[in-house]
Amino acid sequence: MKNKINIVMQSKSENESFARIVVAAFIAPLNPTVEELNDIKTAVSEAVTNSIIHAYQEKTGKIILTCEIFERRVKIIIKDYGLGIENIKKAMEPLYTSRPDMERSGLGFTVMQSFMSKVIVKSKKNFGTKVIMIKNLA
Amino acid sequence: MMQLDVLDKNLIVKIKCDIDHHVTDKIKEKIERKLELLNLKNIIFDFERVDFMDSSGIGMLIGRYKFVDKIGGKIYVINLNPNLKPIIEMSGLKKIINFDCDLESVLKSQRKSKAE
Repeated sequence: MKNKINIVMQSKSENESFARIVVAAFIAPLNPTVEELNDIKTAVSEAVTNSIIHAYQEKTGKIILTCEIFERRVKIIIKDYGLGIENIKKAMEPLYTSRPDMERSGLGFTVMQSFMSKVIVKSKKNFGTKVIMIKNLA
Repeated sequence: MMQLDVLDKNLIVKIKCDIDHHVTDKIKEKIERKLELLNLKNIIFDFERVDFMDSSGIGMLIGRYKFVDKIGGKIYVINLNPNLKPIIEMSGLKKIINFDCDLESVLKSQRKSKAE
């Protein structure tokens, strides 16, 4: 099976649940397990939340969600045009947060990495960030 | 979104929605206002109707733990949905919050320690 969606949304916190529900519905034909579905929903929620909080600092910007399925592989791309990440390695360290003022756990990237098969982050300061996540379903 | 009750000087917080960044600030504010208003220190979260939680929820729980820990309170989570187990496991929250209890056992252990 091969299929793809592209969704452009505003960086509003309401869209965190919208994004994960859309992805869950889109991949439903692959019959993922409850655990796989939950892993993917959580990873999507983390990536979209990062764009809202960190890339756009709660200002309104554009987030592009792409989800592509090919046989049993799910590829998700979350792209924003926000602030960008200066030090990706540091941002991906467990418990690191650039916003200690906001009661963040600093676990976003750690969750994405442990719940997905592969996570790639590309970012350029003041141009934006692209998070590519792949999950191979059983 | 949530319901707040008081039982044996515990604030019972029954959350009825997904826990993500969209709701955590509101949950935090309501809890802190109620704790201060009624001078309570223990929180029992009832997660029976929480099907989803991401790391924003972990941050919210750590924040509430820090808040009540300062005043000698405790945090319990009852009726944990299996969907939430992987994120709870990886967060390390089990070291500071009791997730394996039900309301009866919490109240019983509190009454017992009070009687001693």
